[in-house]
Amino acid sequence: MSRPASTQVMKQGKLAPWLYLLPALLVMTFFIVYPMFNTIYLSFRNQDNTASAATSCNEGEPCWGVFENYRYALTGEIDTSTISNFWQTFWSSSYGNTLKWIIIMVSGTVVLGLLIAVLVDRVPYEPLAKSLIFMPMAISFVGAGVIWKFMYNYNAGRNQIGLLNAVITGLGGDPVAFLSNTSMNNIMLIIVGVWMWTGFSMTILSSALKSVPGELLEASRIDGANEFQVFFRIMLPIIMPTVVVVVTTMVINVLKLFDIVYVMTGGNFETEVIATRMYTEMYANFRTGRGTAIAVILIIAIFPFIILNVKRFMAQEASR
Amino acid sequence: MKWKDVNKIINKIPLHLITILLLLVWIVPTLGVFITSFRPVELINTSGWWTFLSPQHSETERFTIDNYVDAIVGYRGGDSYLEACNSGEPPANFDCSISDLLNPRGMGSAFFNSLMITIPATILPILFAAFAGYAFAWLEFKGRYLLFAILVGLQVVPLQMTFVPILQIYANVGANGTFWGVWLFHTGFGMPYAIYLMRNFLSTLPKDLFESAYLDGASHWSAFWRLAIPLAMPAIASLVIFQFLWVWNDLLVALVFLGGTKPVLTYQIANMVSSLGAGWHLLTAAAFISMLLPMILFFALQRYFVRGMLAGAVKG
Repeated sequence: MSRPASTQVMKQGKLAPWLYLLPALLVMTFFIVYPMFNTIYLSFRNQDNTASAATSCNEGEPCWGVFENYRYALTGEIDTSTISNFWQTFWSSSYGNTLKWIIIMVSGTVVLGLLIAVLVDRVPYEPLAKSLIFMPMAISFVGAGVIWKFMYNYNAGRNQIGLLNAVITGLGGDPVAFLSNTSMNNIMLIIVGVWMWTGFSMTILSSALKSVPGELLEASRIDGANEFQVFFRIMLPIIMPTVVVVVTTMVINVLKLFDIVYVMTGGNFETEVIATRMYTEMYANFRTGRGTAIAVILIIAIFPFIILNVKRFMAQEASR
Repeated sequence: MKWKDVNKIINKIPLHLITILLLLVWIVPTLGVFITSFRPVELINTSGWWTFLSPQHSETERFTIDNYVDAIVGYRGGDSYLEACNSGEPPANFDCSISDLLNPRGMGSAFFNSLMITIPATILPILFAAFAGYAFAWLEFKGRYLLFAILVGLQVVPLQMTFVPILQIYANVGANGTFWGVWLFHTGFGMPYAIYLMRNFLSTLPKDLFESAYLDGASHWSAFWRLAIPLAMPAIASLVIFQFLWVWNDLLVALVFLGGTKPVLTYQIANMVSSLGAGWHLLTAAAFISMLLPMILFFALQRYFVRGMLAGAVKG
């Protein structure tokens, strides 16, 4: 007797599935879907939601009507008078900083993650090594902020209690105020992010690397390929889909990142990123119109990745 | 040993060197904070933590648990809590009795608050997600595929998108500053990923298992509780550790919805960082108090955490 293709052998009421889904659907609609639309709506209103955003324009200044909040969000930190001013202010704005974060943190975690995955694959203490690299993911960003603030500690004198400055002064240099020095503080913050998330990319990439068929690697080694060739010509192309997944996940995480900056510098000294700027507008300045406009810009930036995720899901389903 | 074997070992030395160097770089920052949390404040401010074994000071002067005591009770005076109590007069706001452990300004109370937030905010989403995951995996209904695709998309929505409207609603119903508000918020946000994981895992269970159960007259309800849930334990374990870590380590949601009324560990630390500046003895102890539980859980359940992460991430 041939069985029907569907998984359903049992009678079920039309209502049953929806009852199972109800709590989840309710909670998600209330906490994600509805607020999303409300936030978009609020971004077109003025700061107390009493009138349209167009009413918050100032006399004699450029005004974008109902998009006034967006005008502020996009141009508030940037000086568009000359090209060089634009370039400079862009890179110290929250958008420039976020871009720095994305480029450096994503490439840093992926490259380091790959490197470490390849290295520990060849040592007998691999599980221990992976645990140690992965461990920072267990602690909060706040905890990491404390750990690294301590590492970066700066004393204007001979006595250094921060390890980095101790090494620098030990080698004869002058101590550096890492977190307030605007030319390098962003990088120092990004290092914390890389420290925390490399374990994530290492774990996923290591798993992918191990699934590369051993015979393929053996055959190429017998044919005379050295380790670099084996890695770049065989392993990397095979795990490329996984690398893409790691990259997209990291970009999304970086775009949402708030805690590290908030705890270590509060967004001062030109370290502001999109998420901290939104927080400042909302809770320090109490300007809901502007805060929500920034949030919408954030979701627009993330949107391509939503599409990518859904597409990947559909492709996976098709091959089930 | 043959020369061939010796050669092999020598060839591996650079590999080991680089690997161990990387590992050291990774551990040293945390180690620094750990060692510092046990040093007396005068030593912390004058010498680097790497000198902690130097013979300059006697054994008893090198280490202390005062920082932890001060952090737990929330004492911020110049000397230490134990000294202040031993001197006879209890300092302001303290009783010098065991009840000081739960002083609202201290990490002890914050630890308790963090637990109060995290445990329900872990159980609730997983419960809801198990129901929904089962429905997506084993029940037929219109719009199943579309709804799930939307769910996948929702995983990515940032928290910031939802604060303003929810805050206003909470303000209207008086839920601001309550545990319930935070529990429900975390539940809502944990849903998409949790359902995704549960559904993926549940749909890998063998069809025949459920079919024979239905043939034997089981209803969906009993199939759910007797079959699906016990078999889904690995996925549930992954979700538990994931959600627990996420909520325990969260700052933003606690900051926005709870604030200083019932401060959690992350909130207290963030406060201390901005207000104390040079109080490293308290900061390091406080940081470690908040990190201890997640680290223990993490090392004990690492396998499940990794499994949850890999689900859907690795192709093939």
